[in-house]
Amino acid sequence: MNAPFEGIGASVRRKEDLRFISGRGHYVDDMNRPGQLHAVMKRSDRPHAKILSIDTSAALAAPGVVAVYTGTDTAALGSIPCGWQIHNKDGSPMAEPRHPMLAEGKVRHVGDILAVVIAATKQQAKDAAELLHIDLEELPAIANVADAIAPGAPVLHDAAPGNVCYDWHIGDKAGVDAAFAAAHRVITLDLTNNRLVPNAMEPRAAIGDYDSSTGDYTLYTTSQNPHVIRLLMGAFVLGLPEHKLRVVAPDVGGGFGSKIYHYAEEAIVTWSAGKLGRAIKWTADRSESFMSDAHGRDHVSTAKMAIDKDGKFLALHVDTLCNMGAYLSTFATAVPTYLYATLLAGTYTTPVIYAEVKAVFTNTVPVDAYRGAGRPEAAFLIERLVDVVAYDTGMDRVDIRRKNFIPRDAFPYQTPVALQYDSGDYFATLEAAQKTADWAGFPARRAASAAQGKLRGIGISTYLEACGIAPSKVVGSLGARAGLYEVANIRVHPTGSVTVFTGTHSHGQGHETTMAQLVVDQLGIPLANVDVVHGDTAKIPFGMGTYGSRSLAVGGSAMVKAMDKIILKGRKIAAHLLEADVGDIEFKDGKFSVAGTDRSKSFGEIALTAYVPHNYPIEELEPGLDETAFYDPKNFTFPGGCHICEVEIDPATGIPTIVNFVAVDDVGRVVNPMIVEGQVQGGIAQGIGQALYEHAAYDAHGQLISGSFMDYTMPRADNLPNITVATENTMCTHNPLGSKGCGEVGAIGSPPAVIGAIVDALKDYGVRHLNMPASPEKIWSIIQAGRPAMAAE
Amino acid sequence: MYDFAYHKPSSVADAVALLGDSEAKALAGGQTFIPVLKQRLNKPSAVVDLAGLGLSGITVTATTVTIGASTTHVTVANSAEVKKAIPGLANLASWIGDVAVRYRGTIGGSLANNDPAACYPSAALALGATIKTNTREIAADDFFQGMFTTALEPGEIILSASFPIPEMSAYEKFRNPASRYAMVGVFVAKTASGVRVAVTGASQGGVFRHTAFETALSANFSASALDGIATPADGLNSDIHGSAAYRAHLVGVMAKRAVAAAA
Ligand SMILES: Cc1cc2nc3c(=O)[nH]c(=O)nc-3n(C[C@H](O)[C@H](O)[C@H](O)COP(=O)(O)OP(=O)(O)OC[C@H]3O[C@@H](n4cnc5c(N)ncnc54)[C@H](O)[C@@H]3O)c2cc1C
Repeated sequence: MNAPFEGIGASVRRKEDLRFISGRGHYVDDMNRPGQLHAVMKRSDRPHAKILSIDTSAALAAPGVVAVYTGTDTAALGSIPCGWQIHNKDGSPMAEPRHPMLAEGKVRHVGDILAVVIAATKQQAKDAAELLHIDLEELPAIANVADAIAPGAPVLHDAAPGNVCYDWHIGDKAGVDAAFAAAHRVITLDLTNNRLVPNAMEPRAAIGDYDSSTGDYTLYTTSQNPHVIRLLMGAFVLGLPEHKLRVVAPDVGGGFGSKIYHYAEEAIVTWSAGKLGRAIKWTADRSESFMSDAHGRDHVSTAKMAIDKDGKFLALHVDTLCNMGAYLSTFATAVPTYLYATLLAGTYTTPVIYAEVKAVFTNTVPVDAYRGAGRPEAAFLIERLVDVVAYDTGMDRVDIRRKNFIPRDAFPYQTPVALQYDSGDYFATLEAAQKTADWAGFPARRAASAAQGKLRGIGISTYLEACGIAPSKVVGSLGARAGLYEVANIRVHPTGSVTVFTGTHSHGQGHETTMAQLVVDQLGIPLANVDVVHGDTAKIPFGMGTYGSRSLAVGGSAMVKAMDKIILKGRKIAAHLLEADVGDIEFKDGKFSVAGTDRSKSFGEIALTAYVPHNYPIEELEPGLDETAFYDPKNFTFPGGCHICEVEIDPATGIPTIVNFVAVDDVGRVVNPMIVEGQVQGGIAQGIGQALYEHAAYDAHGQLISGSFMDYTMPRADNLPNITVATENTMCTHNPLGSKGCGEVGAIGSPPAVIGAIVDALKDYGVRHLNMPASPEKIWSIIQAGRPAMAAE
Repeated sequence: MYDFAYHKPSSVADAVALLGDSEAKALAGGQTFIPVLKQRLNKPSAVVDLAGLGLSGITVTATTVTIGASTTHVTVANSAEVKKAIPGLANLASWIGDVAVRYRGTIGGSLANNDPAACYPSAALALGATIKTNTREIAADDFFQGMFTTALEPGEIILSASFPIPEMSAYEKFRNPASRYAMVGVFVAKTASGVRVAVTGASQGGVFRHTAFETALSANFSASALDGIATPADGLNSDIHGSAAYRAHLVGVMAKRAVAAAA
């Protein structure tokens, strides 16, 4: 019988989907602990105010209420920590104001937690929360970065004068200045990267539990990285040692980055559980999610490119103001620095680059990594700037890209902003995308649209990104307060089936399938004999979790290393059984055999021997077949590619419709093509969302205007075109799989292609750039301004 | 939501009696009311579910389409009789909100709520509908009295709405990209006695008749008849999705498209 092909390269169906689509997933809110109480967070509806008093007596007296806590009760506990320390230009450390789990003295954004009410039912907790008497003195507030650094701006934190968290830079300022002075031309672009709300389908939830007989705490939480939460909350906030704290992140319904961070609510329910000796559950309402899940992006930048007369890039200068929100979220500080400015070379040979990044506090929800995390901001800036260079010089957008691409034979390529790219072929992805999108046939399609009274445009982005942030030693020297390796434990059971314990976490990505395929490939056993377990610090040795498209490149590589150990041990057992030399035992297709003979032992026989060691080299070898590996990558991986978007605009309304979208990405080795396609399509849906629809709008004083789905526009199926996804892969040269990552390429590569297409459609109206989201009104206004003489439609 | 008593009466008389309590509120499809309850923006003593009153159904005569208050949007959208008699009305119902909203939401709830961005009020006003309640019949011209305000007395229940069949009609809508309510919706109806044009979504005051358009279209029922007739931006809504000036422009675009679709 021929075994079905289920290894690397097979589009096998996702093992996890049956439970998800049949409603049998097990999410935090599905869990209930014996004796559980319910917590409701009383949140500030003021962006900035002094807390004069909180009278809890009426709430405490309300039916079912067990406790009410405010910042006074938790003031002695630790600050919610920031995981990455950035240094200012002068070498001094960034401002790192205290981030209390319950507001102390002041509230600093709408959604900041004033008090927690804990009662027998959620309903009772909500009722009692309305009985809190809270006296606030409103303070002037700021929401955008420019206002935050204006002279005389209200200050959020005493520890951050002028609202500046850090003023950081990277690159060669003198070199850039010299190149600018000598350049043929310098082209400038001001642009913003709009603020987004991640909006995972499952709202955040947490249950804190405490066993007074053992002193053990358990936190069930919607997290992308339970071990990181255990460390951050245990060591920094609550002072609980790891062996007394278990963190479980079961099925999680989407994260997109927003569930990486350690949030106040997790600490509140865990700490309260210990105080009360009861389990305490909290689940966010959707409105709470809008005002408390870390937001994404929110940059304002000026970019300048110096070029020679042929359009060759000579130097790039970038000046970025980025919004941290009211407090520092876990990785907030790294996103606009090491995940952004280090990417500013993009796919181009720009020889000198200098970037300055100023991070500021405002009275808004904290901002942190959101699908792409820094790289979408970099890709948008570079790709838009390249288009504008083409526009201003009259050069062709594609020609100027090809002229400046890093050549195929230049890898490994050292950029002027620290990173060294291991592999890539930007010409290959560009050419494949142009062919699939019928770039050459566009003028005819544009003319056909014009004949129908429509404006048609085509946009292109030839982006690059970096995944699997590493190595630990390097990130440590740059301020990271954690290692960035990954861990895998491969447990072979006596009859030869395998459980994989991975330190990564799957919250929709399909790891239970992709990672099982790695086992199929390496150990030669059927997919049905492999299960992947994740999301529980009591089961998994350790792990850094899932973000930055690292799970396969880093977590999968750890699995390969652990399976190498399994195979090595298996060969020793086989050598004993087959009375041969270990050096002569080869492992292939699930069989250990003596090279050049037909004598072999199956993987299952070896596993059984390891656990029933009757005939076994017991003097030299321990029984059992269970191996763990920690894998610390040597470098980032560098996916990249080309996205092409075609839009048609209705000039009467300004409504843009995406009529075609093609993505050709280089994601390295593809384990499951179907899952890659799904990941890229989902990423592009979010990229289109950012480009056309989504916007976390604050008024100038810190009120969140788009605080519900009635005003925050999510992309919907009928907003999206058919998306053609293909890959043109070069292998990562430094990890054993050759994989680079595919989780974020869609969200990174697509926004500049969409905006490029709209600007192209509007090219007769004298517009060289448009900020996101490109709403119908913005587009219509440009059309109106462009032809004032013509009658209104 | 806050705690409340729940009643599901089976006669209009019982429902009226239950709604005699000034703190009691009627529930139809719940598409507006339930989110309001969940956000604790309303604290009724009792919720009176109208689903048991037998108020759903569509009756079409030679001159009139009558739709029971509990009839869902999807029922109207899919009704072959409505499509034939007043295609603009079926079309309007077919893209209210999203699928879930159309399967639960009702015409009675929509008219009673008179959301300034709702679709049905424009059809009722443009077609000159009559709204029948447990106590009287109210002409659409008198029924809508500004945003979220109608002629209904406390406790009064809409039983049905009757729409005179026009010669031609059509609805065009610029959807709010987030909620999919009408940012601007225009219903155009041509009858023997003239043309009526009602605009929803655009104005702070809720649905209104566009008399300048009506005059022009009564003289010449074609899209080009609206050329050069500007809609003043004063009093129109302005928000993150569109300024008053943009909405004023869209009123013209949607009206022309509706005329083109009707003709
Ligand atoms: C996401 C979303 C999008 C939407 N988009 C649109 C849209 O595009 N266009 C549009 O027109 N609407 C839209 N709606 C509203 C929807 O059409 C509902 O039908 C409408 O809001 C109310 O109808 P309902 O049957 O759900 O009434 P309910 O929500 O149950 O009730 C609404 C109000 O009417 C009162 N009421 C209900 N029935 C009666 C009656 N028979 N007599 C007296 N009072 C009554 C209730 O007491 C309540 O105050 C949308 C709603 C949502 C949630």
